[in-house]
Formats: sequence, structure tokens, C-alpha cells
Amino acid sequence: MVTMPARIRTLDRKLLRDLWAMKGQAIAIAAVMAAGVTMFVAYFSNFDSLQRARAAYYEQARFADVFASLKRAPVRLESRIAGLDGVHALATRVVVDVTLDVPGMAEPATGRLISIPERGRPALNDVFLRQGRWPDPVRTDEVLANETFCEAHRLGPGDHIAAIINGRRQPLRIVGVALSPEYVYAIAPGEMFPDTRRFGIFWMNQRSLASAFDMESGFNDVSVTLTPDASEADVIAGLDRLLRPYGGRGAIPQSLQMSAWTLDNELTQLQTFGLLVPAIFLAVAAFVLHVALTRALALQRTQIASLKALGYSNRTVAWHYVKWALSIAAVAAIVGVAVGAWVGSSIMGLYNEFFRFPTLAYYLSPTLALQAIAGALVIAAAGAYSAVRRAVRVPPAEAMRPEAPARYRRSIVEARWRPLRLSFATRMIVRALERQPLKALSSIIGIAFAVAVLFVGLSFLDVMNSLIDEELTTTMRQDAVLTFVEPRPGRAVHDVAHLPGVMEIEAMRTVPARLRAGTRSRTLGISGVPEDPQLVRIIDRARGPMTLPPNGLVLSQMLADVLAVRPGDSLQVEILEGRRPLRQVPVVALVDDSLGLQAYMRVDALRRMLNEGETVTTVALTMDAAARDSFYKAVKAMPVIAGVAMRDVAFQNFRDTMAEHMNLSVFINVIFAGIIAFGVVYNSARVSLSERSRELASLRVLGFTRAEISFILLGEIAILTTIALPAGAAIGYLLGHVIMALFTNEVYRLSFVVSPATIAWTWLTVIGATVLSGLLVRRRLDRLDLVSVLKMPE
Amino acid sequence: MGEVRVEALRGVDFDLTAGEFVVLLGPSGSGKSTLLNILGGLDVPTSGEVLYGGHNLTTATDAALTAYRRTHIGFVFQFYNLIPSLTARENVALVTELVETPMPPQEALGLVGLAQRLDHFPAQLSGGEQQRVAIARAIAKQPAVLLCDEPTGALDITTGVVVLEALERVNRELGTATVVITHNAAIAGMADRVVRLADGRVAGIDRPTRKAAARDLQW
Repeated sequence: MVTMPARIRTLDRKLLRDLWAMKGQAIAIAAVMAAGVTMFVAYFSNFDSLQRARAAYYEQARFADVFASLKRAPVRLESRIAGLDGVHALATRVVVDVTLDVPGMAEPATGRLISIPERGRPALNDVFLRQGRWPDPVRTDEVLANETFCEAHRLGPGDHIAAIINGRRQPLRIVGVALSPEYVYAIAPGEMFPDTRRFGIFWMNQRSLASAFDMESGFNDVSVTLTPDASEADVIAGLDRLLRPYGGRGAIPQSLQMSAWTLDNELTQLQTFGLLVPAIFLAVAAFVLHVALTRALALQRTQIASLKALGYSNRTVAWHYVKWALSIAAVAAIVGVAVGAWVGSSIMGLYNEFFRFPTLAYYLSPTLALQAIAGALVIAAAGAYSAVRRAVRVPPAEAMRPEAPARYRRSIVEARWRPLRLSFATRMIVRALERQPLKALSSIIGIAFAVAVLFVGLSFLDVMNSLIDEELTTTMRQDAVLTFVEPRPGRAVHDVAHLPGVMEIEAMRTVPARLRAGTRSRTLGISGVPEDPQLVRIIDRARGPMTLPPNGLVLSQMLADVLAVRPGDSLQVEILEGRRPLRQVPVVALVDDSLGLQAYMRVDALRRMLNEGETVTTVALTMDAAARDSFYKAVKAMPVIAGVAMRDVAFQNFRDTMAEHMNLSVFINVIFAGIIAFGVVYNSARVSLSERSRELASLRVLGFTRAEISFILLGEIAILTTIALPAGAAIGYLLGHVIMALFTNEVYRLSFVVSPATIAWTWLTVIGATVLSGLLVRRRLDRLDLVSVLKMPE
Repeated sequence: MGEVRVEALRGVDFDLTAGEFVVLLGPSGSGKSTLLNILGGLDVPTSGEVLYGGHNLTTATDAALTAYRRTHIGFVFQFYNLIPSLTARENVALVTELVETPMPPQEALGLVGLAQRLDHFPAQLSGGEQQRVAIARAIAKQPAVLLCDEPTGALDITTGVVVLEALERVNRELGTATVVITHNAAIAGMADRVVRLADGRVAGIDRPTRKAAARDLQW
């Protein structure tokens, strides 16, 4: 027992020297592992930070649990709502959408005006004042404006913008810049992508807003918080019952509130990614570690035998070698946590573009850091374990003997293609590969994973581009969509058709409805569209443009999943407008579309169901680009227009914001895939080098030049890489499909696509990493010690 | 840890003439391997000169040393150092492809008595057979000098004699100057000249009066 510590110290000294001797490989393995840890830490710390910011903000701002909008209800209804079982607090408001006239912007924007009490703070959904002051209760034109809109237009306290209220241009004076838990993610109604320039939220005094819209002593929006033991479903049902006579459009829980729902989806995605991507990296790292250690141990065969002969137990020897792996993993984990924190905080900055919180501080929890480190250690130990166990089991006597020459035979390639007349170097390469197919395979798999990781990372750009192209060229072929404040008679379409520059028009009728199937339900707008829509088309991802059957509902595949219905099933449709008919409507078809949750019906069928004439709520149109400015001017002057969605502008903005986000993540991906490729290739080259140094040195002594022996070693790497490139693309393709399937959520569904350029870049990057590690190994080859390598068999 | 300086050879003066069979004899650490490495162009002395047919090897570049080994020198190692993935014939052909006037591989293997084992891989050959392939590999390019580092060191006596016979035959039939280093004094009997090395110096040079045949050697 007394000698134990000394003995351990000696073995540990050996450990340090061995690690130092294989430092190149150790660094390469550590780099791959650190990349995995970095990803894990970056994704999960973002997830944590967003979740913390969200929880703190929702709590602090008293974010409501249930939301409902309606046409108009008298204030006295408040007490009945407050009396509902399970309602803890409530706030009623006036919320209206108007067209904005922003200085310096030709196109019209949508403004959402929200009332705030003259005195005190909103009871629920509190507004956070970032800058400036609250509106003066006696001034009718003072408003708070949301931060992203202000940033987009460089507006601040003291600036003016104009809203078109009841056909009159009314100036609004911004006195403060604000944030709201309802608009952490601010997207205009009816739009697919957020456009901070064209959607502004304004808070103004209750009295001024109510009087402008005939809402004195009334409200059109109510939100409530629940008591701890309340049933959300019961409160929603109670609210719906109370609001029905007042044009209630169906209460929704917080989880379906637009901003909260989007944020939720984003968080889920982060979590999925935070597990999946690092898992791939760490699996590769464990794999590389396993291979490296297996071969390093093969070279230490006699050492292991000697240690055992000297009386070290299998356990001690095994632990000694497992410590190799653990030392590498520990360094990798610490580096990974540090880099992950740095990458994570950089990504955090980008989230700030999409999601606005009063404070979105980057937070890396000690638990997460420890989890990352523990994970790396466990994975490293797992990678090392089987390699070590096998090596340690060798009986000492057997291991002391030098190994017999490896058994080779003529390769299959040579048997098949006799006339090929392979050169000696090529024959050596081919026979070596065939003799140890598993070894070759493991190198190929390693490199292939590098290809796959890069392939998937780069393909996100293609996926996004294809989504945008698909939306631009096939789905949304209109230039603009006008939404009326209220359903309009058919002749309103003609007014739109006569606006300057308008060429084609397509009228639609959208009606708010609640779709119910058993206990599942969703509240959304049913779009009544022509049989064969030409401007706003319905595109199935596999089948292309769809036409609508004369009757029944066509649902997004995702909506059908949410409601658990299939074509042929029947849905209960409760219209939340006008006479509010309640109907059973069959689902006749599903469309596997890309964005949001949609429900379509033929417009004539929808009107029959509503029992109304030729009403329209929305008009899609194409126009002459030359007449744009006069079109915008005319639209801004139309009081009946609640909003204008401009296709090109929206896409441009989305593309810009997205590009920034994507560039960073693609950059990170490229770096990390490069690391994997480099780590794997460098490792397998170093292993081959140490296994064959004797053979290669013999050749040098026999008079072969450096170039000639380099060809033997590097040629092997070249062959492995060549096989790995298409294999990696295939793995990447599968992985891409899996990731896209996991990506599928209610907000969007992506199709996995890859452009030839992506494949080319992937391959070039991996070839680059291979060449680099080849050059590094080549340098060692040049320093091969000819004399010592020949003296003794190792 | 800094480099530790070890002097392996001190003031060695040594000539090798064409067609000679020289045995370098000495105990471990006497510097015989270092001398062989210097003769073979694997190593350069820190001081002194090595001349080969008028060329100064001491000042030669790495590429020039490679070319020197490639055309003029044949090596036979103690542990054979065959390429395990190549057959006997291919191991020999490996070097014949390097030079302009090689001996056909079959002929070289025939010379060492392995005409029947042409297509065997090293793993399928005995130690003595592997060493004879190594000799065939060394002589096939018709080098002027054959350098053998303990060629029988890893072999038993019977097998060792067969290997030595092969060397003897090559020296006799091809006139290849042959240097064999060994610590086995018995081998000295077959030499034209025996150079004894001790402690990095030439301790003595003998010219045996009667050159013994390899098969008559005893140890």
C-alpha cells in the first residue's frame, strides 16, 4: 500500500508523456469533441436564456392566460367576465388595426392601436417603457410605439407618424418607445414573415382611441389571467358564451397567442437542435477516439504486456488508458464550454432581432456547463472502453513476442481487373485497404460524417432559399393583398380594380371560425377562395398547385394532425362572425403546405354557409410596378382598408434578417465540419503512419524518395476520402430529411433540398481539410527516423 | 530533456574495394551499425569524410543520398523489413523498378534458392526465407555494394548458413562488394577481410589466409 502512490505517479507520468507524444492526434480528437460541446452549450444556453427571459417577462408584465377579441361589448360585461369561475384578473381594451403613413416610406404600413388606461398601468399585458415617457392623459395624439418599428424607421420620442383613422389622416406623436409580452415576436395579421418596417404597434390613451372608433364605454378585446386551480378550457368556454352576443371571435389560450406560439415553437426547435447536433458531433468524436485509441494501444502492445508482467492488474492498466481519453475529453469539454458560451452569446444577439424582451441577457447555467463536461467525459470513456478492454486482455507472454508479419493476399481488385497492372504503391494501398476493411471503413465513416455535417449545415441555405422561391414564384403570385376593415359587398372589388396600376385581382372571403373535432379545437380564419386560385395559390409540397372541390374544407396537413382528422371526417365549424352559424363540414382534402395552419373552402360554398351574398374581406392583386407610388397613395386614402401586405417588401426584409442569422450558423457549421474532417483524416493518417513507419522507412532506405513513400500513405487517405465524399453526401441527405422532419412545426414545414453548389462546397471543404492534414502528416514523413526504425521491431 | 551527445565512432579509417567480402566484427555498442549507416548514406558523420567513387557523401544533400542508395547500395536488415502486403517477387520487383539495369526478380530469387516461392507473401515464408527474399531484393538492382546488418541475427544456425550461402554466392557470381556486420565471430571465417571494431575505433584488421565456405562455418 505504501508503494501505491509512487506507482500511480509513475504511470501518470507515462500518461502525460504518451499524450505529449501523440499531441497532434489528441488535439484533433479534442477539437472534434470541443465542437460538439460548443454546439450543446451554445444551443442550450440560448434555450435557457430565452426561456428565463420569457418566464421573467411574462410574470413581470402579467402576461394574460386567455385572450379574446370581439366586435364590441359594453363595459358592464366586465363584471360578468370577472365572475367566471377560474378568472383571476381581467383587462379590457380597444384594439384596432389602421393603415399608417410613415414619413419617408411610400408603401402603406399596418398599425395596431391598443388602448391603455389614462391612469395607472395596464392591469394585464403591461407595457414596458424602454425610452421616453407615458402619454399625457389630456393629450389625444400621444402614443407609445414598439421598439422594433422605431428602430426600423429610426423613430424616437418627439417624432410623428400618421394613421388613417376613419379616412382622415391623424397625426400621432411618439412620446415613448415600448415593448409588450404580446409582441415579443411582432407579426402583422395575415403575414407569414415578420416585417418590422411595415407593422407598428402603438399604445394610446383609452379615451382618445375609444372616441375615434365609437368605442366609448365599450371594448373589443379582453384578456384574463387564471386562478391556480382554474380549468383553461372552462374559462375559454365561459368567455365564448359571454362574448357570443357581442361578436366574440373565439377565446384562445396563451399557448396559441401569435407571439407566444411562435416563441414556443422556436424554443422547441432550439431544444431539438441542441440535442441532435451535438449528439452527432460527440458520436463522431467518440468514434474517432475509439479508433485512435485502438491503434495507439496496438502499438503499445508490448508495453501493456510488460506492465502486466510486472504485476499491474488489468484494472490498473485499463484505467491508465481510459485516463488518456478522459484527459482529452476534459480539455475538450472546458474549451467547448468556453467557446460555446462565446458562440451562444453571439447567437443571442441575433435572437434579439426576432424576439424582443426588456432584457435578453445571455445566461449560461453552471448546471449546463457541468452537464456538458460530464457528457463529454462519459462519451469519451464509452469510446475508449471497448478499445482498452480488448487491448488489456492480451496475455503478457503473447504480447511480449513481436507480431508476425501481417497476413496479406492479392486484392480482389487485382483479381477482377488483371489487365489493370497496378503500380507497387497502388498495390500496397489496395491490399492494405482490403486486408483491414473495418479499419478502412471506420476512416470512411468518420470522414463521411464530416461531409454529412457540413452538407446539412450548408443545405439550410438551400432550404430557406427554396422556401422563399417557392412562396415567391408558385404560391404568392400577387404583388399586394388588401384587407378590408369589415366584410364588404362585391362591388368593393371593383373599387380595388380601379386603383392606379392594378392589373389582375382575386377576391377572397376570410371568416374567423372555430374548428372542432371531439375535444380538439383551433380558432383561425377560413379562407374562401376561387376554385382555381391564380394569385394566392394553394401549393402542396409534393403535388404542386391544388384546385378546390365544390364543397367541404381543405386543411393544411399540419392542421389536420393538430385536430386529428382525415379526409372524409367531419368538423364542427363555429363561425365567429355575423349570425354565427354552427355547421358540420366535411374535410375533403389535405394540403401538405409549408407555412402556418390553413383552412380553405371554395368561396361560393363559404358564402352559402354564411348565408350571405357576394361579400369580400380580402383582395389579392398584381400591379404595374410603374404605378406603385400612386397606388400606395390611393390605398393610404381608403378608409375601408385595414391592412396592406406587400409581397416583395416582406420577402426582402425576411431575407435580410434571415441571411444574417443563417450566415452565422452556416459559418459555425463550416468551421466545425472542417474540424471534424480534419480531426478524422489527420487521425487516420497519423495512425497509418505509426503503423507503417517501419515499412515506409525500409522503402526510404532501399532508395525510395520522399515523394514516392508519401504517395503510399497519402494515396490511401485520398482513396478513403474519395469514397467518403459520396457516402457522406448520402448520410447528409438522410440526416437532412430527419432534421427537417424534426423541424416540422405549426409555424413552418421545410422540405430538404440541396443545390449542386452546396454539394460542391461541401466536398471542396472536406478535400481542403484532408489536404491540410495530409500535408501535416507529410511533414512527419519527411522526418522519419530511418536509422532507429530499422534497428528493432517495435 | 536536452539531447544527450553520444560519440559512436572516433577516428575510423576504412576502405572498401570492389568485389570484397568484409565482415565488421564487434560487440554491441562498438559502433558497427553507425559505420554501416554512414556507408549506406543513412547517416552523415559529424566530422571526417566519406567518399564513394570520388563522390563526397559527407556533403551530399538528402536527395543525393537517396539517389546513392537507390543506385549503388543494397541493404539487408536484421529483421528483413519486407513489405508484408507484397509477394516475394513483388518485394524484389519493388526495387528493380527503381534502377535502369536490374536483374529479373525471378533470377534474383533463384540466386538465393527461392525460385519456387515467388508468389508467397512474407507471412507465408519462414524467417530464413524472408531473409533470403531480402537479399534477393538487395541484389536485384545489381548494386556495387551490399550492406548487411546482422543478417543472421534473428535466425538459427541451419537457416543462418543458408542465408550466408546466398550472400557468398552473390559476392562470388556478381562481384558485389559485401559488408556484413555481426557480433558472431564465426562468420568472420568466410571474409576476405575482417575489421574488428571496439569502442568506436578500428581495433584490428585480419585477412584470413584461407577463406572458409559458408556451409563449413560452425557456431
